[in-house]
Amino acid sequence: MITAAVDGSLAAIGYGLAAIGPGIGVGLIFASYIQSTARQPESSRMTLPYVWIGFAVVEALALFGIAFGFIWASA
Amino acid sequence: MTGEAIALKSDVPFPPTVGDFYLPSIVPWGDHNSLWFTKITALVWVTVALLIIFFMVAYRKPTLVPSKAQWLAESAYGFVRDNIAVEMLGARGVRFAPYLTTLFLFIIFNNLWSIVPLLQISPNSHIAFPAFLALISYVMFNYVGIKKFGFGKYMRKSLIPPAPWFVLPILIPIEFFSTFLVRPFSLAVRLFANMFAGHMLLLVFTLGGFAMLQANVFLAPVSVLSWVMTVALTLLELLVIVLQAYVFTVLTASYVQGAVAEDH
Repeated sequence: MITAAVDGSLAAIGYGLAAIGPGIGVGLIFASYIQSTARQPESSRMTLPYVWIGFAVVEALALFGIAFGFIWASA
Repeated sequence: MTGEAIALKSDVPFPPTVGDFYLPSIVPWGDHNSLWFTKITALVWVTVALLIIFFMVAYRKPTLVPSKAQWLAESAYGFVRDNIAVEMLGARGVRFAPYLTTLFLFIIFNNLWSIVPLLQISPNSHIAFPAFLALISYVMFNYVGIKKFGFGKYMRKSLIPPAPWFVLPILIPIEFFSTFLVRPFSLAVRLFANMFAGHMLLLVFTLGGFAMLQANVFLAPVSVLSWVMTVALTLLELLVIVLQAYVFTVLTASYVQGAVAEDH
């Protein structure tokens, strides 16, 4: 007798796990940017492109998670 | 059939699927297996036409005191040239500014279709378009690097970091993997996944509203909340649209910069 059943895709849980790392990473990047700008306001424009590059590189991991979730769900 | 069309019918197939991204064909009308000319194709052509016509009109008769259109075109170009090309590449960035501006505006317009009411799908949510843009960037930064240093020196420069000899067996494969394989792949996937996820989110909240409206009496009022979320997410999408276009352009510029840099 089945008393409880779970169905659906494990991809949802997988993506949740995949998003932890990039979440922390993106947080660290903006935290450092805010901190450095607070310490040295005139450096804000100089560091901004690197903030976005770092953000984009870290965020890519979370986005791979989305893409692969769909790819492997259908396989 | 598109998600929007199904939602107006009686029972809503709630969780939206990848199938929602494959829109019916325009020519021949309504054919599901023909993907030669769909809304996606049409939107890409509209973007290209808009860009060409806008810049032709804006720069037909350039004057010292610019007209509104000329001002808009000049500030778009000026933004990319000063804040992206010159900022990343220094003085040699001016040479790349026209391509980077075109890239930036092409991506931004293509992305913008994902929040224009009634159109609401971005061509960039199909990986073919970001993949090709990434391919152009990939070929460009390698070409520029090889042209400047020659193949051997370019490869040596990008693969061999200044490090003790005993870590090189590990570092060289990693450098190769990250520079020549991951870069184009992540450029393409980043833009694609952002647009894909954005469209998916809007679908979830729009269709979710309809699903709850028809579910039962208690859930029906909650559907309003779901549609409010749709509006809020549309504003978030606007941010993502501009950000991703900027990021794609900045990364292309930084890869070119990495390829032509004298030393590490």
